[in-house]
Amino acid sequence: MSVIVYTESEKGKFKKAAFEVVSYAKAVADQMGTSVTAVTINAENAESLGNYGASKVLSVNNANLDTFNAKQYASVIEQAVKQDGGNVVIVSSSADSKYLAPLLAVGLEAGYVSNVVEAPSSASPFTVKRTAFTNKAFANTEISTDIKLVGLSNNSFGLVESGGSASVEEFTPSIPDSGVSVESVDKATDKVSIADAEIVVSGGRGLKGPENWALVEDLAEVLGAATACSKPVSDLGWRPHSEHVGQTGKPVASNLYIAIGISGAIQHLAGINSSKVKVVINTDSEAPFFKAADYGIVGDAFEVVPKLTEKLKAFKAQNA
Amino acid sequence: MKILVCISHVPDTTSKINFTDGDTKFDTNGVQFVINPNDEFGLTRAMWFKEKQGASVDVVNVGGPETEPTLRKALAIGADAAIRVNTEATDGFAVAKQLAKVVKDGAYDLVIAGRESIDYNGGMVPGMLASLIGANFVANCIGLEIEGTSAKAVREIDGGKETVSTSLPLVIGGQKGLVEESDLRIPNMRGIMMARKKPLNVMEPIDPSAETNATSFEKPAPKGAVKLVDADNVDELVSLLHNEAKVI
Ligand SMILES: Cc1cc2nc3c(=O)[nH]c(=O)nc-3n(C[C@H](O)[C@H](O)[C@H](O)COP(=O)(O)OP(=O)(O)OC[C@H]3O[C@@H](n4cnc5c(N)ncnc54)[C@H](O)[C@@H]3O)c2cc1C
Ligand SMILES: Nc1ncnc2c1ncn2[C@@H]1O[C@H](COP(=O)(O)O)[C@@H](O)[C@H]1O
Repeated sequence: MSVIVYTESEKGKFKKAAFEVVSYAKAVADQMGTSVTAVTINAENAESLGNYGASKVLSVNNANLDTFNAKQYASVIEQAVKQDGGNVVIVSSSADSKYLAPLLAVGLEAGYVSNVVEAPSSASPFTVKRTAFTNKAFANTEISTDIKLVGLSNNSFGLVESGGSASVEEFTPSIPDSGVSVESVDKATDKVSIADAEIVVSGGRGLKGPENWALVEDLAEVLGAATACSKPVSDLGWRPHSEHVGQTGKPVASNLYIAIGISGAIQHLAGINSSKVKVVINTDSEAPFFKAADYGIVGDAFEVVPKLTEKLKAFKAQNA
Repeated sequence: MKILVCISHVPDTTSKINFTDGDTKFDTNGVQFVINPNDEFGLTRAMWFKEKQGASVDVVNVGGPETEPTLRKALAIGADAAIRVNTEATDGFAVAKQLAKVVKDGAYDLVIAGRESIDYNGGMVPGMLASLIGANFVANCIGLEIEGTSAKAVREIDGGKETVSTSLPLVIGGQKGLVEESDLRIPNMRGIMMARKKPLNVMEPIDPSAETNATSFEKPAPKGAVKLVDADNVDELVSLLHNEAKVI
């Protein structure tokens, strides 16, 4: 028996979500009276996962796995689960983990619940809470299979350092044919992605045109935040489609979401509601976003945002 | 090429979400149901393959009789035939198993499903289906071209996109980008009339067991009122975010 967690890395470095899923796995393992085994693929410093509660790491190092491939990665994790005798498997909600999880579920004949936001409310029957109806509700869901697969919503559990240490074992699984091969990647490497971001700064049609996006970008830069936008903004081609958030765009589960010139339509809110703290800046005090936000400024973005950026710069300088 | 488009029948995006029976069932009272938006993009792309490359397009839903108007709408948009697997869709794995049977029986080359359905947002059915039938799988698909049995797809990744090559049989989890909003079709009178004559076959389910079960629902706790900060006093916002919300 063990809790197995897949810890994602990019170019050898763990993603923040990797530490979060290990922290979560540790809580689940404690509840079940067992320990955490992490699976890493081409990651450096595997032992650092001990600090978040892993006791063992199955470390896979294989140049054929340098590029992510859902089928191959799912197969590697499946073999690790079978070797370790894992009965609860945990992955994050990154695009890659969400891609491989359904394949892994079939391989393990595991019931799979995605978008989980809390530690299990009960270990038997194994019951977890997940978001449903695009964040308008939660569903308490039981998993009845022998092996259980949990997809943890990013930023929902946080990092918990337990100061332990992990033993690292080399693991050499067999690797199936890829089926799908990557031809080219188009990715801004210098930017924080929406999925990884703790803070997201988002702009709407209130910003009038793409030429004004420096406002959003400057604020995001001070905060180390990802940039996002409402749907009409990407439809109009002001911003790339990959920045569109909401019910039909990317989901946001950041600690802080700052909405600038966004009205707060129900479809927009549905996708960003699981962000913890929401701030709205809008000229119209009647904009629906004010009902959903924690903090708000009724004012013109073109005046308020540059001021806010300056104040935050000063704040960061002071607290550096 | 035989294409199957998986259609999930979901509450319209503006629906108020409520529960009944002691918060154990979704309250469909007054809720308008629509084709899942991600599936509508997929269906429209399928129509393109039909018109430009001579493909046939069937649509499928796993659900009760109440989903038939949604399937008729897909027929009115231009699908050739519809299949309904007559069982309540409770769990993604269970749905994927039903769909696997449909795909095998119908020998489909390409299955277009959505990235996720906007009711349970599982994002699991397409990948599970692909795995069950041994087909290739591309998630978060925002572009798809087919030539013979080769396929080129664009996939959204965290922070960008990538282009991949693969081959049929293929399952995709599609979304906006496969086609744009302006390409979506509103069924016209002729389409609606024709849809009435097109076949809608009801199939009985195989082994309807489910691996997971939503035992109860809850709504997020009501939020307190927004704290307004004066536009001339942004310092206060910085201090609230630091001292009170503790997010910076
Ligand atoms: C099926 C469906 C799915 C959808 N999915 C999504 C989705 O996923 N994501 C999404 O975002 N939308 C989605 N929408 C669209 C949604 O309904 C809204 O139309 C959209 O969110 C509005 O975008 P906006 O707030 O940027 O623009 P607007 O509604 O035009 O709002 C602009 C806001 O800016 C304010 N403003 C104007 N000038 C200034 C200024 N100088 N300073 C500050 N504020 C200013 C205005 O007061 C206004 O509130 C969907 C719609 C449908 C029908
Ligand atoms: N009951 C269903 N019947 C047919 N297709 C479905 C059903 N549920 C989900 N799908 C398909 O799978 C996709 C992803 O759904 P989900 O895994 O539920 O988020 C949807 O966009 C549909 O294409």
